[in-house]
Amino acid sequence: MPHRWGMAADLDRCTGCEACVAACHAENNIPTVGADQSARGRAMHWIRIERYWEGEFPEVDLKFRPVLCQHCDNAPCEPVCPTYASSHNEEGLNAQVYNRCIGTRYCANACEYNVRFFNWNSPVWEKPLHLQLNPDVSVREVGVMEKCTFCIQRINAGKISAEADKRELKDGDIKPACVQSCTANALVFGDLNDPESAVSRLARSTRGYKLLEDLGTLPKITYLQRETWHESNS
Amino acid sequence: MNPIAERQMTDDILRPVLETSSKFYLIVALLGTFVAAGIGTWFYQVYNGLGVTGDNWPVFWGFHETNFVFWIGISHAGTLISAILRMVDAGWRRPVTRCAEAITAFALMIGAMFPLIHLSRPWLAWWLIPYPSERQIWPNYRSPLAWDFFAINTYLTGSLLFLLLPMIPDFALVRDRTTGFRSRVYRALALGWTGTPKQWARLESAMHIMAIAIIPVAVSVHTIVSFDFSMAIVPMWHSTIFGPYFVAGAIFSGIAALIIAMAILRKVLRLENYLHPIHFQNLGKLLLTMSLLWGYFVFNERLTTWYGNQPHEMGVFWATQAGRYAPLFWTMVFCNFILPLPILSIRKLRTITGCVVASCGVVIGMWLERFLIIVPGLGHKPITFSWGTYTPQWVEIVIMAGSIAAMGLLYVLFSKVVPIISIWELKAGERELEHMRAHAETQTAAAEATAGELV
Repeated sequence: MPHRWGMAADLDRCTGCEACVAACHAENNIPTVGADQSARGRAMHWIRIERYWEGEFPEVDLKFRPVLCQHCDNAPCEPVCPTYASSHNEEGLNAQVYNRCIGTRYCANACEYNVRFFNWNSPVWEKPLHLQLNPDVSVREVGVMEKCTFCIQRINAGKISAEADKRELKDGDIKPACVQSCTANALVFGDLNDPESAVSRLARSTRGYKLLEDLGTLPKITYLQRETWHESNS
Repeated sequence: MNPIAERQMTDDILRPVLETSSKFYLIVALLGTFVAAGIGTWFYQVYNGLGVTGDNWPVFWGFHETNFVFWIGISHAGTLISAILRMVDAGWRRPVTRCAEAITAFALMIGAMFPLIHLSRPWLAWWLIPYPSERQIWPNYRSPLAWDFFAINTYLTGSLLFLLLPMIPDFALVRDRTTGFRSRVYRALALGWTGTPKQWARLESAMHIMAIAIIPVAVSVHTIVSFDFSMAIVPMWHSTIFGPYFVAGAIFSGIAALIIAMAILRKVLRLENYLHPIHFQNLGKLLLTMSLLWGYFVFNERLTTWYGNQPHEMGVFWATQAGRYAPLFWTMVFCNFILPLPILSIRKLRTITGCVVASCGVVIGMWLERFLIIVPGLGHKPITFSWGTYTPQWVEIVIMAGSIAAMGLLYVLFSKVVPIISIWELKAGERELEHMRAHAETQTAAAEATAGELV
């Protein structure tokens, strides 16, 4: 059976530290665009931490939510691309073929999670940052769309080393950069086709929900609801 | 119609083609400068990337796409109106049709440029053409953008044919009145037209076929343009009303553009004897109908959204109704509804000036409508964390100004090369009128004679 990669994000564990964001930038050669361009909405973060304040002071509640590509089974970004740059691969990932992208930006408009990012300008890495580019990941050029790949280079590397060792791929062998860097273990990655994998078990949790589930996009990321508690009522 | 009047008519309409004043060169130079600036700016954008535009995350589409929908909308002036008026055989259409068909062809050419202009890598646009490749990669036929490509190409081909067919007899007329190089050019364009009954019959049937064929094409083309939005699940985009709403809006803005173009031509080319107030009044009535229809659609769209009260849509709804986009929204309502309604429904106000004022309002209002459909929805998707706004940059504004100048330039050049009023159709109309008058006279005479006999 082919793999079907998915993730679970435990909102009770997430501290909003953004280590995942930094790790993702480093792993995937995501350019930083500077303060000016950021203010104009050109920042690129394949994973972001959304911060929500709830309630009135002093009874305020702070909530974090890591949001990355949901790798929808029924992805709105895919059918709209006129050149198949945005397409589904056999392991359920929403793949983006950079070379095939002509830059209509329709996929990003169709994506309700706003997790697609466009190279508005030529990416630059100020010296010596250019030395830390990850050789396993292609550097995108100006005018193409990019997005979370679930660290497909790590998925492939994991499969290759399992094959080299003549063994089956184990749950937990593959960790995307965000998962690896998560200090609170809030993010769990694995094969949803393996019912015993950690991510499958979490996906079945009663706390689990999908982001914008009612849209029918069938996301492969399960969010585990936060248990609400306040110091006043504990 | 007596031969002297007929000759006078031909002279009047051919004058702009045969005589060139210094003003013509001035206007061409002025418009050409703007067009050149627009093209230069586009190259600048291609060279630097779309970072020079105002597009951003999450509003990935802005002015370029607005202009695309706007120009495709304007293009519905012509072909559709003149096709319908031809089919119902409205006699007053005769001096209007060619102005209208020319607007269609040029607005469509300009509109079709915007999908290219908005691409970040336009040199790869040919991937939309279904060519057989050894890699067996085809365009994605599920994408509304691929549908656009085919719909617009079909419409462009159809409307060019529709424009060119009735020009053949007039080309022959110019051919016979010019000498040397110009005569040779028009000889080629006239395709050997000699005016035999057989040729007339063929032209008539070809025009009938095109008039019937172009209507469904025109309706489908703007429906497909609306699908660019309504097929995506962006709040306030995903709407079943968009097809007819866009088509109605397109015809609305098209008629307005036609009225403005006709008023300018009438003044500049001194065609007062051929473009009468009655033509503006009739078009004004059409514009009034479309204004009411447009108001009905907007009311429907807004009421059902508000009543349905879906949280995702309400973000967009309030942003347009009372938030950041409210000034634009209410300007749109004023320009498209409140302004044209009294002007066009009160007979005293429905003058040429009145119609032009109302039309200017409609053109501005319809441009705002396209903008308000595209941008607020993108800025207010369901996840509130990712809400955003859009501010156009000079690049988009210059390209837009260039596109408006391009419309003017193409029109000026067209009216220099082709008689802007279809001479043969006008003559045919006059003859028809005379024939009817004569017929009526003989009938009255016959009736009187019978009456006399009875007495």
